[in-house]
Amino acid sequence: MQKYSVFSLVKNALSNHQNWDLAWKDPTPKKEYDVVIIGGGGHGLATAYYLAKEHNITNVAIIEKGWIGGGNVGRNTTIIRSNYMHDDNALFSEFGMDLWRRMSQDLNYNVMFSPRGIINLAHSDAQMNTYARRGNSMRLNGIDAVLLNREEVKEIIPMADFSENVRFPIFGGLMQPSAGTARHDAVAWGYARQADDMGVDIIQNCEVIGFDLSAGKINGVRTSRGDIKAKKIGLCVAGSTNILAEKLNMTLPIETHLLQACVSEPVKPVLDKVVTFGAGHFYISQSDKGEMVMGGDLDGYNSYAQRGNLPTLQHVLTEGIAMMPFLSKLKMLRTWGGIMDMSMDGSPIIDKTHIEGLYLNCGWCYGGFKATPASGWTFAHTIAQDRVHELNAGYSLNRFNTGHLLDEKGLGTKTWIS
Amino acid sequence: MLHIKCPHCGIRSQNEFSYGGDATIKRPELGKEISDQDWDNFVYNRKSLRGKHWELWQHLSGCRQWIKVQRDTATHEIFKTLKANEEIS
Repeated sequence: MQKYSVFSLVKNALSNHQNWDLAWKDPTPKKEYDVVIIGGGGHGLATAYYLAKEHNITNVAIIEKGWIGGGNVGRNTTIIRSNYMHDDNALFSEFGMDLWRRMSQDLNYNVMFSPRGIINLAHSDAQMNTYARRGNSMRLNGIDAVLLNREEVKEIIPMADFSENVRFPIFGGLMQPSAGTARHDAVAWGYARQADDMGVDIIQNCEVIGFDLSAGKINGVRTSRGDIKAKKIGLCVAGSTNILAEKLNMTLPIETHLLQACVSEPVKPVLDKVVTFGAGHFYISQSDKGEMVMGGDLDGYNSYAQRGNLPTLQHVLTEGIAMMPFLSKLKMLRTWGGIMDMSMDGSPIIDKTHIEGLYLNCGWCYGGFKATPASGWTFAHTIAQDRVHELNAGYSLNRFNTGHLLDEKGLGTKTWIS
Repeated sequence: MLHIKCPHCGIRSQNEFSYGGDATIKRPELGKEISDQDWDNFVYNRKSLRGKHWELWQHLSGCRQWIKVQRDTATHEIFKTLKANEEIS
């Protein structure tokens, strides 16, 4: 593989950039693999990469219905954080933060990781108390957390509304300085390029039609490009989880919902943090191009439509304008939607299933992008060793049956209400 | 914007409604011995498929009645609406 560096850039500039190697191949599917990963998104690509790198399993195929990185890894708001209170979420996410910090070097691909910090705003004394509690929990788990008072928040984001007569005055906030953003497409492409180099077959335009099961064991998968045998199959398909679960005769604690995001026209640098509104659900950051990247609530009803509906967007942006009034002056550049695998407690599932050789990775709700490296790493471990790692032990499928929910936000089964 | 035909009030915009989830889920009967799996299916497990989907909505900013709506989860087309006590045929 051609190594990307300033020297290779200069060398290729001399030939008008006509001689770069392809970043990954376009192989014809083989008849059999050791492991097949269904879903060529961030998590699937990362899983294949860590299978090859950490477990020396390179006879692996990634099967993708469309093109790699075309789903939620290409549609998110690029936020990376580990500001969780519960141990299972905190330790998993902080393990991921370490992988994020090294990712550009590990992948030889600039993922533009920008640890600019995230601030969750508080709008009441009670909320300050819960943030203090969450911040303390984070620090006990070795995650950086700083509780800011109103004046300290004003220093950092003076453009927010600090006037007295507002419905949701800013009391302060909880900051995780090491959180940030990254270039989402680069994450998918970086993992794909390295996985391909280690021998993984990335098979695009290949739809899964069915599964080959016998006596509670998985034998392979039927696809639009022929049958593929595999003793181990990992399901990593986010919003399409329920569709494939139906083919496996499984009913999962997952509902599929629509989440929208949007960007404004590009403006000069104004916001160098990720900021979330604490009295509703709205988050904002500024991209390197200057666009304000914004998102918030789900549309609120089961949906497979990868496009938005105006009432929710209006509601979300009303919150944004309440928090930062200058946003009302901006023109909207783009809005889009993606389909989310909403689990019933708001936490993901990375586990084995009752079918031998079938592994499940789903339920990422709002937070799939930031989990990409940790999800790939732990899912690869679960598949390779046929047992969960302690980092994803809390993300079991049967926790809904046993009552060991990981209800970080206290929303119960109605994660789509938020 | 969805336009939902409330069986009590007629066509109204989505803004007046709130969503209540899968309308085909039945609560296990009272007084019977219920397995953990039955409870699991009732509380957590959902099909949530692409295509026609019966779901509950509440006409919150209207007559406040719960209704059943059959909607396509891919196209958002609404086929039928029923009062809460009417059986899905």
